[in-house]
Amino acid sequence: MTSTVVRASGLTKRYGSFAAVDHVDFALEEHRIYGLLGRNGAGKTTLMQLLTGQLFPNEGELEVFGRTPAEHADVLRRLCFIAESQRYPEDFTPKHVFTSAPWFFENWDAEFAERLIADFRLPVKRRIKKLSRGQLSAVGVIVGLASRAPLTFFDEPYLGLDAVARHIFYDRLLEDYAEHPRTIVLSTHLIDEVANLLEHVILIDQGRILLDRDAEEVRGQATTIAGARSVVEEFVQGRPIIGREGLGGLASVTIDGRLEREERIRAAELGLELAPVSLQQLIVHLTGADLAGATEKEVAA
Amino acid sequence: MDESRPIFLQIAEQIENDIIDGVLAEGSQIPSTNEFAAYYRINPATALKGVTRLVDDGIVVKRRGIGMFVTEGARDRLVERRRADFSAAYLRPLIIEAEKLGITIDDLAALIRAERIAS
Repeated sequence: MTSTVVRASGLTKRYGSFAAVDHVDFALEEHRIYGLLGRNGAGKTTLMQLLTGQLFPNEGELEVFGRTPAEHADVLRRLCFIAESQRYPEDFTPKHVFTSAPWFFENWDAEFAERLIADFRLPVKRRIKKLSRGQLSAVGVIVGLASRAPLTFFDEPYLGLDAVARHIFYDRLLEDYAEHPRTIVLSTHLIDEVANLLEHVILIDQGRILLDRDAEEVRGQATTIAGARSVVEEFVQGRPIIGREGLGGLASVTIDGRLEREERIRAAELGLELAPVSLQQLIVHLTGADLAGATEKEVAA
Repeated sequence: MDESRPIFLQIAEQIENDIIDGVLAEGSQIPSTNEFAAYYRINPATALKGVTRLVDDGIVVKRRGIGMFVTEGARDRLVERRRADFSAAYLRPLIIEAEKLGITIDDLAALIRAERIAS
């Protein structure tokens, strides 16, 4: 069985009267890939900073590898946090970063790092402040992968990385995770790109957790029904509606919940079109302005 | 991968298709879950779930330390199951669409025969 790596209850971080993380409860299990998703300012980075001991919570309980992370060296050395815009000392080159990495990460694999450097075509002797935005992101991605930390966070790791480089990242992540299982938290806006890599999804909005479910449960959990307005409205009656669009006499309504085969056949007989809702579309619906206050319970009801 | 359905089901179906088409012969070894994960760029736990489903159905058998193999008689059982689903999955939508367009059952039968000859 898997063991729990992170356990949070009632975890809260306030900046003045603003709660960036607002009484959240969740757990992260060992050897899984998590997606921490949400809009800008939802609280994703603050949450990861709490988990990595960079911030102190105002309220609530937090255990990482069984202890509070802040100021516990034995916890911190098992963590790796790749920030969106990591800063490095003046005059550092990528070579300096990779040479000093083994001091902080006991599982550091220098050979793997070399392979990644070649994959990303990273100029290791150029000063970091002269690197392009994408090359700077590649430095972070390489550290995150080659460190093989038992709990690794990637916070929007690929600003400026092109599509080819992002796919190298996904491929190497999956390969290495298969050989060296560990807990990985990916926080990103590019939901469609990473959706299939995730085992579990945590959606955060306005400092609260909106959704905390297995990715496979989320997939296909919502359906969009389109057709003549009156027919659509009758079909969706009594179902939890999470999105609604219309054009003249046509309506397109997204419901939360799977349709059984019989219902699909009935929809076809009524002349309705059914369309799948991707994880990204679902999240747009769930975190859209009109439903910003909905909780997981309301959505699932 | 199709967004509307669980990926593990799609992985299981893909392997079933390969067994029905003879790409994976009875008694032969199927790729490992990590190979499936890398090929389809999916989480290995998802790939494992798909393969486990086939193990539970007796289509694939796990030999500890070696890998997973297609069982004897797997193809016949899959074909039988697909035949049972054929009506609901293919015929009913076809008939509904035909009725919508005013195509009679006899016309439909003629169309199927004509299509068969053309292909």
